Amino acid sequence: MALEVQIEKRLPAYTLSVAFATGAKTLAVLGPSGAGKTMTLRCIAGLERPDSGRIALNDRVLFDSAKNINVPSRDRRVGLLFQSYALFPHLTVAENVAFGLDRIAPYDRLTRTREQISALHLEGLENRRPRELSGGEQQRAALARALAIAPEALLLDEPLSALDTHLRSQIEHQLLDTLSAYRGAALLVTHNIEEAYRLGSDLLVLSRGQASAFGPKEEIFRHPPTVEVARLTGCKNFSAARNISTNEIEATDWRCRLRVTQTIARPATQIGIRAHQIDFVESHNSGSTDAADNVFPCWPIGASETPFRITLYLKLHTAPAANDHADFQAEVFKEKYQRFKDAPLPWHVRLAPEFLVVFPE
Amino acid sequence: MFSDLSPVWISLATSIVATAITMVLGVATAFWRERRSGSAFAIFDGVALLPLVLPPTVVGFLLLLLFGRHGPLGRLFLRIGMTVVFSWPATVIAAAVVSFPLMYLTARAAISQVDTPLLQAARTLGASEWRVFRRIVVPLAAPGLLAGTILSFARALGEFGATLMLAGDIPGRTETIPLAIYFAVEAGDMRRAIIWSVIDVAISLAVLFGLYYWTRAQSASRAQFGRG
Repeated sequence: MALEVQIEKRLPAYTLSVAFATGAKTLAVLGPSGAGKTMTLRCIAGLERPDSGRIALNDRVLFDSAKNINVPSRDRRVGLLFQSYALFPHLTVAENVAFGLDRIAPYDRLTRTREQISALHLEGLENRRPRELSGGEQQRAALARALAIAPEALLLDEPLSALDTHLRSQIEHQLLDTLSAYRGAALLVTHNIEEAYRLGSDLLVLSRGQASAFGPKEEIFRHPPTVEVARLTGCKNFSAARNISTNEIEATDWRCRLRVTQTIARPATQIGIRAHQIDFVESHNSGSTDAADNVFPCWPIGASETPFRITLYLKLHTAPAANDHADFQAEVFKEKYQRFKDAPLPWHVRLAPEFLVVFPE
Repeated sequence: MFSDLSPVWISLATSIVATAITMVLGVATAFWRERRSGSAFAIFDGVALLPLVLPPTVVGFLLLLLFGRHGPLGRLFLRIGMTVVFSWPATVIAAAVVSFPLMYLTARAAISQVDTPLLQAARTLGASEWRVFRRIVVPLAAPGLLAGTILSFARALGEFGATLMLAGDIPGRTETIPLAIYFAVEAGDMRRAIIWSVIDVAISLAVLFGLYYWTRAQSASRAQFGRG
């Protein structure tokens, strides 16, 4: 089972140009709003026509500009879950699920509808109309409808964005079950980093219509190839950088030298570290900095809280003057913060070599 | 009293047939047009709406040129042995043409209100355009389509100018109620004109009330089964 996509489409703001192939694993397409994620899905589903390229699903060519092939949506056997779910408001849940099954015998239609209804836990809701369902039930009904036609590829456009936050994790769990039971190629579009990580196996990072990273998600999160991908995958701290030696880098914005584990093949231009990977350590002997250990003194400039974590905006090396900007931000659990918040300033942070990501560009 | 009720039957038959034609053509054209954009289609819209803004006599005159013995469509019909001008079908054509823009406009407004993702979802589920139209567009646009049908019927029932130009006033064949009223007044038969007017008002009211109660019953049953 495989979906191969290589398309180009001129859009008002930029040209969408993506190429990827995916098998039975779920591919999460991550990118900011307007990066071309939804457009990519719509091209695969046949709702938009690319300017050029080729789309093949298993042994069928769905689109090939060179051969002038453009299979209409209705013949693609590609299931699309719309962001708004697009349930037919005048039909019941059962009628919605059965909508794509009009060409099979009535008995089979009934059986397949029942199968999908029970697979997505919609029993008892068969005769309800979409407006009488909760957000999560609507999503499941739309999924059941898309899966009923046994699509060879399943495309999900921001499947969780229409839901309330408190419902999300449970519904995300059910979605994960559905996705792992599904045997075709699954594509999931999201702008939420954590959602992409939890639901996808592979990751395609899109920005302004270009694929800036494509591969197994762990790999991309651990070694983002570019600053942009690092930013999109949630990395918040960057500094301009230049090489000192094969395992030492000068971070010019942070005014310090850093030891790194990554061997540096090409000249470094940027260095980054994720906010939660910055470690607060006990102060070293008489406050002197131990550069070999990547430990530096720092002063807090500001903080912002979420229920369980706190983000600290920090200034390195010297006490901040008025209007000083923070050098970077660190994110810690509040329990940990309680332990050092009353310690005398400066605090000490450790930028562990294994967490530093170097970007040659 | 007068015994010849033929204008009532002619009016009703003309309006019903013309509305049926207008409804099918108007809704189909609206659905076809709603999926397209571009300046060429804007010109099409202009032509489609022309009968609404032109005086009915001008519409009738243009139809006369089209369907006359030497007109392009007239010659076509002549080949199958039909003379359109001054026949009952001419009343239907005139009524259909003048009521078309009302159906087309309301149908487009109603169809554009149907959420595009619903149509696209139906297509990804394997539905043909006909099935999308029948199962999604028509039921969801039904109230607007019904409104367009009522307007078209009312317009067809009241049609005078174009009918007179194309179909003339042949009692028992092309004389509809509005024509009968006009020629009664012209002949100074005010009593006859009043009676026809009262009948016309009665028909219009009956149609409007009928539709009103029918839509009420529809929405009531929908509220009962679907709670909305």
